[in-house]
Amino acid sequence: MSATYASGPAPERSFVHRRRRGAELFLLLLALVVGIGAYAAVGLGVQGRVPADIVEYGGWLAGLCLACHVVVRLTAPYADPVLLPIVSALNGLGLAVIHRIDLGYAKSHVNIGPFAQNQLIWMTLGVLIFIGVLVGLRDHRRLQAFTYTSGLAGIVLLLLPLLPVVGTDINGARIWIHVGSLSFQPGEVAKVMLVLFFAGYLVLHRDALALAGRRFAGVDLPRGRDLGPILLMWLVSLAILVFQGDLGSSLLFFGLFLVMLYVATERPGWLVVGAAMFLAGAYCAYLFVGHVQVRVDAWLHPFAASSNAYQLVQGLYGMAWGGLVGRGLGQGDPTITPLGFSDFIMASVGEELGLTGVMAVLLLYGMITERALRTALVCRDAFGKLVAVGLGVVFALQVFVVVGGVTRLIPLTGLTTPFLSYGGSSLVANWAIIALLLRISDQARRPLPELAAPEDDATTVVQLR
Amino acid sequence: MSELTLMLIRFAYLAILWIFVLSAVSVVRSDMFGARVDSTPRAERKADKQARREAQSRSRSGRRPRGEPTYVAVVDGSNAGETVSLDEAPILVGRGADAAIRLDDDYVSTRHARIARSGEQWFIEDLGSTNGTYIGSHRLTQPTILQLGSTVRIGKTTLELRK
Repeated sequence: MSATYASGPAPERSFVHRRRRGAELFLLLLALVVGIGAYAAVGLGVQGRVPADIVEYGGWLAGLCLACHVVVRLTAPYADPVLLPIVSALNGLGLAVIHRIDLGYAKSHVNIGPFAQNQLIWMTLGVLIFIGVLVGLRDHRRLQAFTYTSGLAGIVLLLLPLLPVVGTDINGARIWIHVGSLSFQPGEVAKVMLVLFFAGYLVLHRDALALAGRRFAGVDLPRGRDLGPILLMWLVSLAILVFQGDLGSSLLFFGLFLVMLYVATERPGWLVVGAAMFLAGAYCAYLFVGHVQVRVDAWLHPFAASSNAYQLVQGLYGMAWGGLVGRGLGQGDPTITPLGFSDFIMASVGEELGLTGVMAVLLLYGMITERALRTALVCRDAFGKLVAVGLGVVFALQVFVVVGGVTRLIPLTGLTTPFLSYGGSSLVANWAIIALLLRISDQARRPLPELAAPEDDATTVVQLR
Repeated sequence: MSELTLMLIRFAYLAILWIFVLSAVSVVRSDMFGARVDSTPRAERKADKQARREAQSRSRSGRRPRGEPTYVAVVDGSNAGETVSLDEAPILVGRGADAAIRLDDDYVSTRHARIARSGEQWFIEDLGSTNGTYIGSHRLTQPTILQLGSTVRIGKTTLELRK
């Protein structure tokens, strides 16, 4: 760890980041045009007129985004200028697409939804949590004190859906809890907790993990007592796969665990070992878990009569029909694809906005990840670096797993598309993630304090005992 | 709504989407290349301040010794009397085994604070300790300059920079 200290403040001293709050406001206004424009285009496409409530809807969306901007200005003036606008644009686009599917369902008298209203309420809640994190947490290093607390909280959250009363089984995966009429997916919050736990633990133990231990068959094995807790965490989160049938989340946690271990120890060997373990585990899962077999068959032979791939195939046809520039918002038929508003929202986007739109959305996700990694590079303390890397990787992996599944690059596993797809818990958790990233990047980009000497009197006179 | 209008709306919306993406990219780009490198004005300002401070301390001569500090002394607390030379900088202060100033104090974290040099100046930085690092009654939230004779309170221990 001495290496990081040696490269501490001194070399970055002369490099001053600008605040860029003006740029953020400009991008945010453009993002609002993207969000509200999509809503208007949906109305024009489906009903042939601009929706009547566009002023209320647009005003509400603008109010939320500008509230975020003001809070960032006040509490994190040096934070990254790109993250908030990107997230607002994605959320606005997601709302419009969900609204479009609501209209489609209403038209064909399918009795589901409407979802857009709920999603807007969840977005409001997400923004409130975003503001809460930025206002309540002035220094991300305070979180390091809650390393084990957040680890425990993460496990408890993951196990909650298995409890008999609150947990419920939806679509073969037991990942929901119900309290009264509210349903919640605790796994989404658990991933933030696990990032905090991994970061806090690895900061303290990475030297031991990287250096102490014995060599065995050409591989340096760390000592059991250094690896123990983190291995336990990992096993518990993988046990979800077995007991909850949630492929996507277990893939997410596994990848997160591996990347953070690699980043903390700077040992590429972890990636090799991890990839081998993953392949072995995936093969075993394929052999012994029926749920996995169905998914893999649907992935390999979606058009075979025997495979259970109706949803996947509808999504593929939708995207193919969309082609390069899409059918236009409101002109396609995304309601045919089951879950076109949540897991398959990327297929809906592909159908109505085409490859051009999908590329734009993927670029936005790429930029979120890039900003997170950039924050990690600039950040001055190891804990902040690891948290930023972890959050960025969670984001990237989640988008990869779900978009890869929808486009038939990898077997389909159920995960939400961050900010786009319908789902309250995911939306709220992702707003919290962005707030954390902004907090870390504010600390990282803030120019080093003037290093002003404190008042002489204050230092010499005050003697507290 | 005619076909033509719908097509125009479709392309207009894609254009808006891409304008947003490209402007975000350009902000990222300007952020990457546009960060100011701290040039002379700031350095001068710092030098100015330094000179002013020295003049000030000269005017009240006798209150504080002048010159470069050479060691850190524990002036109060259970380890009172210990000293560590500043040649070993950066100096880690804490309860852990790897700390250069190892304090036997229940209110001190394992890796509590760090004393390091930056140019001509010494500063202290809190490493996310539980109970904080204080200069006077002020809890440190960012690296802060230490001067000869300034005292730092960590847990029940007081440190001082000495010549």
